[in-house]
Amino acid sequence: MAAYILRRLVQSALILLGVSFITFVLLYVLPADPVRQIAGRSATAATVESIRQQLGLDKPFLVQYGNYLVNLLQGDFGRSYLQKTEVAQLLVSRLPATLILLVAAIFCELLIGLPLGIIAALNRGKTVDNGLMLTSFLTVSAPQFVVALLLLYVFAVRLGWFPIGGYGTFAHIVLPALTLGILGSGWYSRIMRSSMVDVLRADFIRTARAKGLSRSKVILGHALPNAILPIIAMIGIDIGLFMSGIVVVESVFGWPGIGQLAWQAIQRVDIPIIMGVTLVSAFGIVIGNLLADLISPLIDPRIKLR
Amino acid sequence: MKKLILSTALASLMALPAFMPAQAEEPTYGGNMVVTYKDDVATLDPAIGYDWQNWSMIKSVFDGLMDYEPGTTNLRPGLAESYEISEDGVTYTFKLRPGVKFHNGRELVAEDVVYSLNRVVNPATQSPGQGFFSMIEGFNEAAAGTAESLSGVSAPDAGTVVIKLSRPDATFLHVMALNFSFVVPKEVVEEAGADFGKKPVGTGAFKLTEWTLGQRLVFEKNADYWIKGVPYLDGFTVEVGQEPVVALLRAQNGEVDIPGDGIPPAKFVEVMKDPAQAAQVVEGGQLHTGYITMNVTQAPFDKVEVRRAVNMAINKDRIIQVINGRAVPATQPLPPSMPGYTQGYEGYKYDPEGAKKLLADAGYADGFETELYVMNTDPNPRIAQAIQQDLKAIGINASIKSLAQANVIEAGGAGNAPMIWSGGMAWIADFPDPANFYYPILGCAGAVEGGWNWSKYCNEELDMMAAQADSMVDPAKLDERLAKWSEIYMKVMEDAPWAPVFNEQRFTLKSARMGGDDALYVDPVSIPINYDYVYIKE
Repeated sequence: MAAYILRRLVQSALILLGVSFITFVLLYVLPADPVRQIAGRSATAATVESIRQQLGLDKPFLVQYGNYLVNLLQGDFGRSYLQKTEVAQLLVSRLPATLILLVAAIFCELLIGLPLGIIAALNRGKTVDNGLMLTSFLTVSAPQFVVALLLLYVFAVRLGWFPIGGYGTFAHIVLPALTLGILGSGWYSRIMRSSMVDVLRADFIRTARAKGLSRSKVILGHALPNAILPIIAMIGIDIGLFMSGIVVVESVFGWPGIGQLAWQAIQRVDIPIIMGVTLVSAFGIVIGNLLADLISPLIDPRIKLR
Repeated sequence: MKKLILSTALASLMALPAFMPAQAEEPTYGGNMVVTYKDDVATLDPAIGYDWQNWSMIKSVFDGLMDYEPGTTNLRPGLAESYEISEDGVTYTFKLRPGVKFHNGRELVAEDVVYSLNRVVNPATQSPGQGFFSMIEGFNEAAAGTAESLSGVSAPDAGTVVIKLSRPDATFLHVMALNFSFVVPKEVVEEAGADFGKKPVGTGAFKLTEWTLGQRLVFEKNADYWIKGVPYLDGFTVEVGQEPVVALLRAQNGEVDIPGDGIPPAKFVEVMKDPAQAAQVVEGGQLHTGYITMNVTQAPFDKVEVRRAVNMAINKDRIIQVINGRAVPATQPLPPSMPGYTQGYEGYKYDPEGAKKLLADAGYADGFETELYVMNTDPNPRIAQAIQQDLKAIGINASIKSLAQANVIEAGGAGNAPMIWSGGMAWIADFPDPANFYYPILGCAGAVEGGWNWSKYCNEELDMMAAQADSMVDPAKLDERLAKWSEIYMKVMEDAPWAPVFNEQRFTLKSARMGGDDALYVDPVSIPINYDYVYIKE
C-alpha cells in the first residue's frame, strides 16, 4: 500500500512537471508579447527591452523554464507581470472560493444525479428511463452560460430568493452550485444507471430477493453499495471537468475563484498567473484521482492496490 | 524673464470651450456608492496603472501638479498652486500648495514630487508611462538607468519644484496632469515595494481602506482633502468579478449605482427603449477614434490611390448601425471633442464607384486579396464583416483574421498585418491634446518594430511640423498651434494611411439616486465617472 502511494506520488509529480512544461511551451510560442502588455502603447523600444531583460524574458527558452522550476520548487510562483502582486498570494486569496464551489457543486451533482440514475435503472427500458436519459443528455450538453443566466434571472432577479451573484453567505452559493449540479448530474445519472443495471442482474441480488428481502432493502442495502463504485472514480474525473467549466460559472455569478483569475490573466498574457492557475488546477485533478483510487478499496474489498 | 502665472481661468482659455451647465441643485453629502466591474483592478500604483478601469480610481487616490476641471478637458493647477514658464519655454517653476497631507498624515513636500518623477522614469519601476517624460532634461540617462535621477528636476525649497526641459513642449502641462506624474510618498513606497499598487497612499479625495482580492475595493472619504468641500460621498465600493449583464440586472434591481463596464451591447437597445431606464443613461463624447490601418510599406497599400479608395469604399453609417448607433461617423483621425479638430472637413465621402475608378488608376482594376486583422470580441468581428462587404463591393477580397487582443497588437507592431480594424484596441487619448493622437500612432516614432503606428506610416515633413507645433508653448499662440495640428491631420488624410470610421460615444448608466452634473458621468479624463464630484441625492 505504502509502495503504491509512493509510486503514484512520483507519477503525479511527473505529470505536473509535464503540465508545467507544455503550458510553458504554449505560452512561449504564443504570438503575443507579454512585455508589450506591461510596457503599454506609449513605450519606446528601449523601455521594452529593459523590461524584457529585467524579467529574464530575453533568455533562451530552456533557461527561462529552468529558472521558473527552480523558483517553483522553493514555493515561489513569481509575481504577476501587470499587478506586480505575488501569484501565490493571488492564488491563496481565490482558492477557498473555488474549493467551496467544488464541494458544493459535486454535492449537488450527486444529489440530483444518483437518485435519477437509480430510478432510471429500476425502470429500465420504460418511458421514465428514456425520459431521464434524454434529460441527462440535454443537461450535459447545455451551455453553462445560458443555464447560469437563466437560473440567475428566474431565482434571483424575478423571484428574489437568492442574491444576484456575489460571494460570502450560504445563499450566494446555491445558484452557482445548482448550475454546476444540474449540468454535471447527467454524467452521474448515466453512470449510476448502467452500473445499477449491471448489479441488478447479478446473482447475489437474485439470491437476496429469493431470501424474501423487501425491494427497498435489496436496492439500498445490496445493490447500491456495489453499484456506487464507478461513481467514486467519476468524482476524481469530475474535478477535471469542474476545473474546465469553472471559468464561465465563476464569471456569471461573480464568484471570486481561480477560474476568474485565469480568464483575466489569459486576456492580458500575464504568464506567471496563467502558470500558477494551471499548475494548481492540475494538482487538484491529480490529487482528486489519487484519492478516488485510494478510497475504492475501502468500499470494495475486492480491489487491491498494487 | 517673462512671468506667466496661469490661473484656472486663464488655463481654461487654453482648452476647448467645454459644456458645463449650471448645477440644477445643491450637492448633498454622505452615502456610499456601489460601482461594479468584470475584471479585478490590476493596481492602484499611479506609475503602473494604465487601463481605463484603474485610471479614474488612481485619480481619486492621488494628485498631480496639474489637474482638469471636473467633466471637462480644461487644465487647472492641482498640487501646484501656481506655476511660471520661462520665456524660452523650457523651465517650469511650480509653487506647491501648502498644507497638503498624504493619507498617512505626513505633509507633502517638493522632494516628494522629485522622487515621484524619478521613480516613474527609473527603468526598475517598469512604468508604461516612462516615455511620456522624454522632454525633461536628463531623461535619456535616467531612463537608461545610467543616471540615478532626472537632472532637469529639482526642489530648491520644500514648496518649489523646478523642471527643466530639453526642448519646449506645449504638452508638458498635460503630462504633469497624467496619472504617471502623480505624487507618491517615498517612505511608503519603499516599505511596500512591489505591493504599493495594492496598498496605495496618496493625497487624493479618497483613501483605500479595504482590498479583498477578487471581490471588492472600499474607498473612504479623505476628510483632510485639500480641496475644501470635496468629495461629497462618504465612500464608494468597487465590486469586481461582475459580468456586465449581471451588473445591469443588479442596477435595475437598485443594488448597483454605476455598472462600470457600461451597458452590454446585447442589452443596449432594450435599455434605451425603456423610457425609465433611458432617462438614467448619460451620453457623451470621448477622445476615441475607430479606424482601419493600411500598411503603407507593402503592396498594394503602398499606393495612395488604393488607400483613398478604401476610405471611399467604407459605408460608415451602416457600420454605426451595426453597433446600434453608439458612435458618430469619423472624418479625420482626431475626435470632434479634441482641440485641433478640423471643423467643416467632411473627409472621404462614401463613393464605391469613385473608389473602383481609383483602384483601376492604381492598376488594380480587378481588385486584390488581402487580410483584415480584428480583435475577437463583440462587436468587432461583426464590424469587420461589414468592412469586408464594403471592400468586396469594390473588388477587394479581405479575409478576416479574428484574434485575441494581444495577438492583433503583436501583428500590428511587427508590421505583418495589411489591414487592422482598431476596435477594442483603438486609441483613446492619454490627455486631451492633438499631439497625443500623432506621435505614437501616426508619427515616425511609432512606425518601428513593436510600435503602435500599425500603418507604418512615416512622413518626416509632418514630424517636423509636429515638432514646430509643440514648440509653441506661449498660451497666446494656442490658436496658431492648433491650426498647425489641424493642417498636419489634413495632410495625413491626403496620404490616407488610415480610414477613420467612427468616434465612439459613451453611455453611462447611473442609478436614480445619483446626483451631479451629467458631464461628471461622461468625464473625458475620468472614465467611467469622476468619483470626487458626484453625490447621492437624499
